[in-house]
Amino acid sequence: MKTNIILAGVGGQGILSIAAVVGMAALENNLYLKQSEVHGMSQRGGAVQSHLRISDKEIASDLIPEGTADIIISVEPMESLRYLPWLKENGWIVTNTTPFVNIPDYPNIQDLIGAIEKFPHQISLNADEIARQVKSVKSSNMVVLGAASPFIDIPYASFENGIRQIFGRKGEKVVQLNLNAMKAGREFSEKKRKHN
Amino acid sequence: MQKLLLLGAEAIAQGAIDGGMSGIYAYPGTPSTEITEYVQKSKAADKRKIHSQWSANEKTAMEAALGMSYAGKRAMVCMKHVGLNVAADAFVNSAITGVNGGLIVTVADDPSMHSSQNEQDSRFFGKFAMIPILEPSNQQEAYNMAYEGFELSEKFKIPVLLRITTRLSHSRAGVQTKENKPQNPLTYPEDPIQFVLLPSNARKRYKDLLALQDLIDEDSEKSIYNFYFDGSDKSLGIISCGIAYNYLMENYPERNCPFPILKLGQYPLPHFKVEKIVNECRNVLVLEDGYPFVEEQLKSFLDKSGKIKGRLDGTIPRDGELNPNIVGKSLGKPVKTSFAIPKIVANRPPELCSGCSHRDIYNALNETMKEFGKQKVFSDIGCYTLGALPPWNSINSCVDMGASITMAKGAADAGVRPSVAVIGDSTFTHSGMTALLDCVYENTPVTIIISDNSTTAMTGGQESHATGRLEEICVGLGVKPEHVRVLTPLPKYHDEMVEVLREELTYEGVSVVIPRRECIQTATRSKKESKAKGEEVTT
Ligand SMILES: Cc1ncc(C[n+]2csc(CCOP(=O)(O)OP(=O)(O)O)c2C)c(N)n1
Repeated sequence: MKTNIILAGVGGQGILSIAAVVGMAALENNLYLKQSEVHGMSQRGGAVQSHLRISDKEIASDLIPEGTADIIISVEPMESLRYLPWLKENGWIVTNTTPFVNIPDYPNIQDLIGAIEKFPHQISLNADEIARQVKSVKSSNMVVLGAASPFIDIPYASFENGIRQIFGRKGEKVVQLNLNAMKAGREFSEKKRKHN
Repeated sequence: MQKLLLLGAEAIAQGAIDGGMSGIYAYPGTPSTEITEYVQKSKAADKRKIHSQWSANEKTAMEAALGMSYAGKRAMVCMKHVGLNVAADAFVNSAITGVNGGLIVTVADDPSMHSSQNEQDSRFFGKFAMIPILEPSNQQEAYNMAYEGFELSEKFKIPVLLRITTRLSHSRAGVQTKENKPQNPLTYPEDPIQFVLLPSNARKRYKDLLALQDLIDEDSEKSIYNFYFDGSDKSLGIISCGIAYNYLMENYPERNCPFPILKLGQYPLPHFKVEKIVNECRNVLVLEDGYPFVEEQLKSFLDKSGKIKGRLDGTIPRDGELNPNIVGKSLGKPVKTSFAIPKIVANRPPELCSGCSHRDIYNALNETMKEFGKQKVFSDIGCYTLGALPPWNSINSCVDMGASITMAKGAADAGVRPSVAVIGDSTFTHSGMTALLDCVYENTPVTIIISDNSTTAMTGGQESHATGRLEEICVGLGVKPEHVRVLTPLPKYHDEMVEVLREELTYEGVSVVIPRRECIQTATRSKKESKAKGEEVTT
């Protein structure tokens, strides 16, 4: 197996936590992993991305070549479209629909959703709302990960273990909130795929 | 010995810890910061009492590391590429003094300038100083090179340059660690005047360094990091440096590249291996991140054969970092993209955080400067540089750390009134203090705003050497106490800030204004940390 994932968002939205959880899950399954992340300047509210590659064979490049990403996972709707040149023909977009508006020329949200819904392979969800429903307001990133998890060929239990390892030092309550958020995202995604 | 998931930067730190390092010295700078931060957080490093506090700047870091090496211990100094400009005096001379304990100078270059003013290539500095250079292609090699680098340095008794780029520094992969080596005992150099670079001794030391060159060439020739992979199709030979090898392999998923490849990871260039590939192949493609360092050495001034392909002949773009697509294109492999970025996607540049103190001082400064005219504000490097962008457009320069004050001085000397500098607290203690002394020396009419958020925010909130001592430093350097003005940058004090700025801007002498309020990021972080565990937080 080989999965190329582009993680997208705005600096501070928690895409590195998603990467860390997937990374732990991959390690548990003895998969090779390369993950390149963005530090520095753009973390200040700028567009950020991370390339995450998982494979059962050794991985050469830290960067995903254009046109070969299997999934774009985005915690922000506009950001889900910024890396489209990387998406392969039948690739999936999994994105949060709650906009993060910190620029004056942020596009109309309905137009954005329209642009996303044009794709045959996409799951868009209001992750912030879902996070609120399960009382994990700060874990919308884990909701998005949950929604993307069916597209990553790793057992769900490994993602759960990933959350336990990454958030463990913050206490059991934080772990549980993140687990609940991820589960809610996954259920949304599975329901939506059945409907399609 | 275990398998860890590490950033390239962290792999270097772990390699150095396991390799018997006694101290790491650094000033933060993307993409090198995580090396030192890893050592600071490492329990193993703590147990082994490895020094890991930040230095005031890269030059002081380089010198402290050299001092530790003088005492026989293994030391590492880390910095971003432009930091090596600051440390250059100590760096170049450390090759002449040589070392006692192993000394690794780790420099992280930033091709494509993700977080930098330029994309200079540190390999030129290594060649200039005439020392061995190591350049890993992956996280495991990064670990190994740091682990073994001290011995390489001790073998030749000169420092070793370890060069990485942003991509490797900030990419994570599995790394197998090795057995922990003991630290060196305290010893003094055999020759008591080894480190005394008086001309008479410097000439002798320089001859020793020149004599070493054949030996470090030979070491490169034999290095396991310089590997020749034969290939049947000799129409092209490929020389890949460091991480470029991965991009090359990405284009041959079955690992079936038909061309001979020379994978380079140690310099000086291994002559025989380079000669072999150049002689055997009709053309030679050089893949290197950064400047055409290898390509220029191969392509002599008089050579018009066109045999060497790379950044100089346009096969590879002249600037910017490599990636699998650029390398693929140079091999005639087309890129297959299915989708373009829709027009609706707007740019999202970085910005000052909401609640950031720099915002308030820029608002006050903009209002004050309305009376005094445009283009009179020099600035520096840090979060506050974002004040150059809309909606503020407050500043007119950002060159190198500390330059705001001295540029304001030069402009004042030329007649600019008022001449203003905006600098951060950490940048001020990095390189601004001597600049202020120049102003004091001549009582130049400049107003220096030290926007004090009590941290080194841009690079992630490391402690700032300036914290708690800014006024004392300024007065100590000779600024009149009545012209050192401390403000609280909050919207509610806007009018007061404007008033004070106006007063100081019209003063014909050196004045320092210090708007002081903690960085909103570090303040939020420490609030979170002090809250009991179990709160609802994710980062
Ligand atoms: C020579 C050099 N070293 C390091 C850096 C990286 N760097 C850029 S800004 C900065 C910190 C600035 O801190 P401060 O002046 O306190 O401003 P703040 O970001 O906190 O606003 C650093 C370390 C650099 N650009 N040049």
